[in-house]
Amino acid sequence: MDVLVTPFLDSAFMQRALLAGGLVAIASAVVGTFVVLRGLAFIGDALAHGVLPGVAGALILGAPTLLGAGIGAAAMIAGVTLVTRRSRLSGDTAIGILFAGMLALGVVVVSRSDSFTGDLTRILFGDVLGLSWGDVRGQALATAAVVVAAALCARPFLLLSVDPDAATVAGFPAARYHALMLALIAVTVVVSFRAVGTLLVFGMIVAPPATAALFARRIGVMMAAAAALGAASVWVGLVLSYRHDLAAGGSIVLVQVAVFFAALAAAAVRRPAVGRLR
Amino acid sequence: MRGVPARRPAAAAVVAEAAVHARGVAVGWHGRAVVEGIDLVVPPGTSLALVGTNGSGKSTLLRTLVGLQPSLAGTLRVLGARPGAAPARVGYVGQFHPRGFVLPLRAADVVAMGRFARRGLLGRPARGDGALVRRALSRMDAAHLADAPLRELSGGQQQRVYVAQALAAEADLLVLDEPASGLDPSAREVLQGALDDERARGAAVVTATHDIRDALAADQALLLAGRVVAAGPPARALTRDAVMETFGLVLTDLLPGVPIAVDPGHAHGAHDPEHR
Repeated sequence: MDVLVTPFLDSAFMQRALLAGGLVAIASAVVGTFVVLRGLAFIGDALAHGVLPGVAGALILGAPTLLGAGIGAAAMIAGVTLVTRRSRLSGDTAIGILFAGMLALGVVVVSRSDSFTGDLTRILFGDVLGLSWGDVRGQALATAAVVVAAALCARPFLLLSVDPDAATVAGFPAARYHALMLALIAVTVVVSFRAVGTLLVFGMIVAPPATAALFARRIGVMMAAAAALGAASVWVGLVLSYRHDLAAGGSIVLVQVAVFFAALAAAAVRRPAVGRLR
Repeated sequence: MRGVPARRPAAAAVVAEAAVHARGVAVGWHGRAVVEGIDLVVPPGTSLALVGTNGSGKSTLLRTLVGLQPSLAGTLRVLGARPGAAPARVGYVGQFHPRGFVLPLRAADVVAMGRFARRGLLGRPARGDGALVRRALSRMDAAHLADAPLRELSGGQQQRVYVAQALAAEADLLVLDEPASGLDPSAREVLQGALDDERARGAAVVTATHDIRDALAADQALLLAGRVVAAGPPARALTRDAVMETFGLVLTDLLPGVPIAVDPGHAHGAHDPEHR
């Protein structure tokens, strides 16, 4: 047990990393549950990468990176909405085009910076060991906002997950609540990128809820299990990173993905055919 | 007054509070009409069956009734207001439930969603809601499925759950798109009984079907084939010609023995010559 605790006893940066990572895990579990249930993984991924040019631009201009990330995410959502409305192309295609464009723009913008690789690595993989208490407070506020918003919108979000038309007919316009859901994903991504980076925040959003979805029979259980799994992965990932001198953000997400595949194997053993009870 | 069943003399009084009142309505997609010139009055406590093949405009009309898409012409009043204005009074079952299999929901959870429109965004669940959910499930002969995960149910079982969701809404207007799809014969009878109960309770029931037997059981039928082929009480609307135009020749061969022409006085088999 000592192995799991000692890394956090003496170093404040490890405590902050654990706290911020746990908060990211909670917010990610809440929005990630709906991402997994609604099949929004691709747009979530696009959001995670859409913030790259915004962050890079903010770094170069000396503006707050949070602001840059917010603008990047908003541009991504607006772009996807525009392309799908104005063309007969599917959402996937629109997302793919913008995804590539935003990522390329981010790399080009970063290349104008003096410390090209350092900045890029920091944006993509975060700096969970270099967070201030102010960062942790910001993360706590954002997590609280995401949890409260999701609780208030539980009914429309639930209906949306089953059938967007059913939500509209029940008096909860699907377009409005879909936009709200995207905004919550964006907030989670934007606030969390400093801790785990734009590339890895998405792993946090998808992997724990997907793992929970393999076993959970109720959405509330799925969400709680995803939060617990995510937080536990943060803990284990940080310990691994501390012990073996590995990149912290990468270790956390690798643990989550490993847990997913372990759960998948366990589910396959428990229920050999992925069939339905007829 | 067009479309009012002739056997309802109090039609004028009923029109004011009709569940559906359409005059010259056109429905379609992206501004292009699929069906035009729809005249309808569906009084409370009665049923209307929309009959037609795939692509005939049935689903489009149903979606327009519940406010999912705008009507393109004419005047359409649903429960005395524009479509979609009274979500708490409408129960709707669409045609596709594509994501049912991944959702970690129990059947009872899905049925409980039928109460959401009444409760709104933040309203607390009422004490009777749980009982309503159980009763809706048992009316669809699905009480034993209440705790089963939705994704482990067969297509027909899921269909029963979704219809139960609409029943739980205690709606004044039920709009059901092919509610019998995937149901075996006994489940179809259960469905018919539940819809009869809804009518007796005073709800108007509008269903889409491509089964003429369903249309024969309804108070009114509207035959669609990219246009209004016939409308009115089934005995008048389901003439051999109208059914031929709605379905073409093929389907009559597929359903031998089904009476496709119901003329006053007697019903014909599919292969009977016409006596009119």
